[in-house]
Order: sequence, then structure tokens, then C-alpha cells
Amino acid sequence: MQTLLYRMHTARIFEERVLSYFREGALHGTMHPGIGEEGSAVGAAMALAGDDYMLATHRGHGPAIGKGADIQRMMAEIFGRETGSCRGRGGSMHITDFSCGMLGANGIVGANAPIACGAAFTIKRKGLGRVCASFLGDGALNEGAVHESMNLAAVWQLPVLFIVINNGYGMSTPLSAAMRDTDLKKRAVPYGLPAYGLDGNDAVAVYAAVKQARAKAAAGGGPAFIVCDTYRTEGHSKSDKNLYRTPQEIARWRARCPIRRLCEALLGAGILDARQLEAVRARAAQTVDDAVAFAKSSPPPNPDTLMEDVYAR
Amino acid sequence: MPGNMHPPGREITYAAAIRDGMRHMLRADENVFLMGEDVGVYGGAFGVSAGMIEEFGPERIINTPISESAAIGCAIGAAMTGMRPIVELMFSDFMGVCFDQIINQAAKMRFMSGGGARVPITLRTASGGGTGAAAQHSQSLEALVAHIPGLYVAVPATPYDAKGLLISAIQNDNPVLFFEQKLLYKTTGPVPEEAYAIPLGQAAIRREGKDASIIAYGRMVTCALAAAERLAQEGIAAEVLDLRTLMPLDTGAVLRSAAKTGRVIIAHEAVTFGGFGGEIAATIAESACGLTLRAPIRRVGAKHCPVPFSKELEGYMLPDETDIISAVRQTLHIKQ
Repeated sequence: MQTLLYRMHTARIFEERVLSYFREGALHGTMHPGIGEEGSAVGAAMALAGDDYMLATHRGHGPAIGKGADIQRMMAEIFGRETGSCRGRGGSMHITDFSCGMLGANGIVGANAPIACGAAFTIKRKGLGRVCASFLGDGALNEGAVHESMNLAAVWQLPVLFIVINNGYGMSTPLSAAMRDTDLKKRAVPYGLPAYGLDGNDAVAVYAAVKQARAKAAAGGGPAFIVCDTYRTEGHSKSDKNLYRTPQEIARWRARCPIRRLCEALLGAGILDARQLEAVRARAAQTVDDAVAFAKSSPPPNPDTLMEDVYAR
Repeated sequence: MPGNMHPPGREITYAAAIRDGMRHMLRADENVFLMGEDVGVYGGAFGVSAGMIEEFGPERIINTPISESAAIGCAIGAAMTGMRPIVELMFSDFMGVCFDQIINQAAKMRFMSGGGARVPITLRTASGGGTGAAAQHSQSLEALVAHIPGLYVAVPATPYDAKGLLISAIQNDNPVLFFEQKLLYKTTGPVPEEAYAIPLGQAAIRREGKDASIIAYGRMVTCALAAAERLAQEGIAAEVLDLRTLMPLDTGAVLRSAAKTGRVIIAHEAVTFGGFGGEIAATIAESACGLTLRAPIRRVGAKHCPVPFSKELEGYMLPDETDIISAVRQTLHIKQ
């Protein structure tokens, strides 16, 4: 549980720090913060085994950190440095860390789902006893690629976990304007997938449910569809002015912060005291500080190396 | 291949040569498998994988649902985790329903990950018109994908090349789009029994000539050779250069032939406007031999129109050897 809390803090502080650099104009490009979604993003990714595969969305920092991706290389990537996860070629939206099975964040909504089927195909073919998680948003559930993948995973009984982080909005469009029936779990029914509906701000519940689905899938029990209801308390991207939702709604969800909730649970159960909780937070802050220092001290990529990875040699 | 002629071998069809190449690779590497719509017992829409399921079984010759995004994405994910998939996309026109997986996923995974990902996929697809299949089953769309960095594009013109280029494509660690020419599937040529690879990016001179260069690929190579034969009877020696792959492009071979003859005709079945011929023309125009050309470059391609159904209309819309002959004559300032 301490590691869960540590990684949730790390994800939160990591994104707050990156956002502040963006606001100062110190960073190039954009990012999609998942602040408020850590219970789902980190809770689900942490429930995967070390050698499981996963693919994330454009809002991929939380799942990557939950999976154990190298924070320094992630930060260096967002700074566009040669030492970054993708050597400065991908940026925030394409964080990849093969050392922990993180096959990549994806800038196209729903596009990681077919690829997750492929990683799961390899797992099944080679009898590796692992799973591949496809992180999706609620917005991806109207994408054809996702429906095709749910069908393929089901008919071929591939060890894929479709993990839907339902934050209620596809950019600015609320779920109710994007689908007639907003009970996302029902999307699993016609494909014959078992579905889980979770309070996505309860990191422990998310962790436990994903762990269970993972064990079943890894043992050959087939794919699962896991919906985590949560909320992003920051905008869609750094340029969002939040015109489509009220300050009251955002405040209501801030009050349901998944990190605070986990802290209270740990405190209530007598697992950690206030000082220990603070120590976990401070350690996460230190990790992010170190990552920033690493990123800032790293060189930008040399333009002479631009063409190196367009094709494998 | 430097020579004009293929080495000796059994006379087999273009389709059988592709099957032969797949068989060699499935036997040689357990990570190679074939998937696609109806590739199993049915043998694929054009019979290319006929009989393969008997040798390799349904675990390696895999029927997919009619679900092209899932199939190609699945190949990408499998490739990224150590497999070496061959995917059959029944018609190249169907790229329209899975284009994201081709151009945003397969093409970019390696680059976006800073070189971490490896995506060895061979995407075999049936291309071209002349079959009366109308606008959605007849296109030549190779220029669309040749435009995307990260993809390789092969368009074999002979059975020998089909096998050798396919083996290279499967061995390659990058996504290769392999445009099989529907009208060539039943044509025959000598194909050796053993496995051999033709490197991607090596054009072949199919006929030597000094008066004009016909640069072609795919089915148009056959038309170019027929045109050259007829022109020879008029005393015109046309050279025929078969590009074999559009990416990598054998720029050296293109420029050498253009410099040698000083007259260039580019022929492809695809619509001329925005087609790959423009790239070849620009490559020549931008080079030093652009200054020594003795006539403007001419392109021969399809008219700017969806492929029509009626035989008369389809024949009128698509280019043929007569169009090539008249383009060669124009570069030689010979009145029609």
C-alpha cells in the first residue's frame, strides 16, 4: 500500500510540476494531465505484474508511473532531451518504457486497443502467463478500433484487460452527449467480456479488482473489461479553459481526491501514521525533484541523429 | 538484380511464388505466421494461401474476423513483442478502414519510442484494376503509403520478384506494404525452388535501350515491355526500368537510366495526379541529369476518376501499352 501511495503522489507531483513549467512557458508542446485520476491510473497499472505489457492513452503519465516506468527518463522526455524515454522524439503523449513492459502511450484515441490484442496474442502463443492492459478513456468507447478489439480479444480469448478510465468527458463533451446509455459496463455484454464497475477514486478497490482480473486472464481465463469512474480535476490539456464544467463540479471532485482517500484509509487502519504519510509524500516530491534536475542537466538531441530511428537497420 | 533475366526455375504463377515465399519463411522461423480474412481453408480471396493451413495448421494460418483495424493492430502488437506477422488485407482499398493502424501506428512506433520498438510486419494486399470490381476494389494506392516515413513499399512485377521481395519483406524489421498485382496473380515465370531474398531498394533493368527510359513498377512493367517490343519494330530502343520498391527508392538506377537516354516516361496504373510518378519526375528534375534531358518528362497513369465498372469505361480509364507507346513517341517528337 505504501508503494501505491508513493506512486500516486509521484504521479500527482510529477504532473503538477510539469504543468507549472508549461505555465511558465519553459516547456515546448503540450500535455494531458490526469490529476484526480490517480486512483484509477496508478491503482490499475500497479496491479499488473512487472513483466506484463501495457499501452496507455494520451493521458498516460499516471499509468506509466503506476507500472514503474523510469521517472527521470519520463521527465527528460517531456523536456525533449536525448536522455528521455523516447530520446525526445515522442514527448508526453508517447512515453514508452520497454524495461517495464510499457509499450507506449498513444496519441490516437482507441488506437492502442488493437495493439494490446497483438501483445496478448504473443503472450498466448508463447505461453508467457502474462497479460496486456489497454488503458482507454470513456471517449474511446465510441471508436471502432476499440469495438473491433473487444470482439477480437473475446473471440480469440486473448489475455487483454481493457481498463477504462471514465472521467466523464471526451475533451469537453460530457458522456451523456456522446452515448445514449452511459452505463459503460454494458459495452462488454455483447462481446461476452466479464465487466467490472469500480469507484475509480478508491485506489485500493481498483488495485484489488484489476489484480483479480489479471490473475484470471494470465491463467488463460480470457479478457476483461474494467470501468473505473473518476474525474480529471485539471483541464483536458494545458490549454483547456474549463468552459464546459462548473467550478462547483470541479471542487466537488477535488474533495474526493483519491490520494487523500488512500491516506485516510491508511491512517484509519493504523497502517501509517501522519508522519509516515508525510514521509511518503516527501519521498515522491524528492523523486520528482531529482527527475527535473536530471532532465534539466541532459542535452537536447543532436539534429544529426534525427533520421536514426525512422527505420530499423 | 543487375541482369534483365531471372535465373532459371520452375514455371509457376505469381500467386504461387508468393505462397512459396511465405512457406519458406514459416518453415524457417516459428515467429512468422499469416493472418487475414479467409486465409485458412478458403485459401485467401485470390487463393494465395491455398493449402497452407494443411501444412502449418490454424495456429499459424489464422482467419481473422472482418475487422481490419483489429487485425493490423494485432499484428503491430505481436511484432512489437517478438513475432513476425504477415497480414493479408484482402484488397488494398480496405486500407481505408484501418489507415490509422498503418500510418499512425505501424509507421511511427519505432520513431516515437526513440528506437525502442521494432515492428516487423509484412502487409500483403491485392492491388489494381482491370477485374471489373469497380471503384472500391480496384485502386492502386501505393503512393499514399510511400509518402509516410517509417513504411517500406514493394510492388513486385514478376513471380521471381514476388517471392524474393516477399522473403526480404518478412525478414525486414520494418513494416513493409506489399502490393500484389491482381492481374498478375495468374501470370507465370521461372521461380527457383530454394529461398532467396531480393534486397528492398534495388531496381531492375528489364530491357536495355538508348532512346528513352520507361520507368515503371508492378503490372505496368509488363505493359512497358510490350510497348518497348513494339517500339523496337519502329527502330526505337526503349529501356525499361522496374523500380520493384518505391520505398526505399533506387534513386541511383532512376538517374542513371535518365542520364543514359535523356528521355523519361513514367508509367503506373495509379491515378497520375498526385501519384508516385510525380516523385520520380521531381527526383530527376532536381538532379544534374534534369539539365541534360532532351524532352520533357512524361507520366502515364490512370485518369482522374474512380475506377469504373463497365469494361469499356475501365479500359479507357486505366493506362495500357498504347498509352506508353504514345508517350514515348511524344518524347521523341514523333507525330502520332
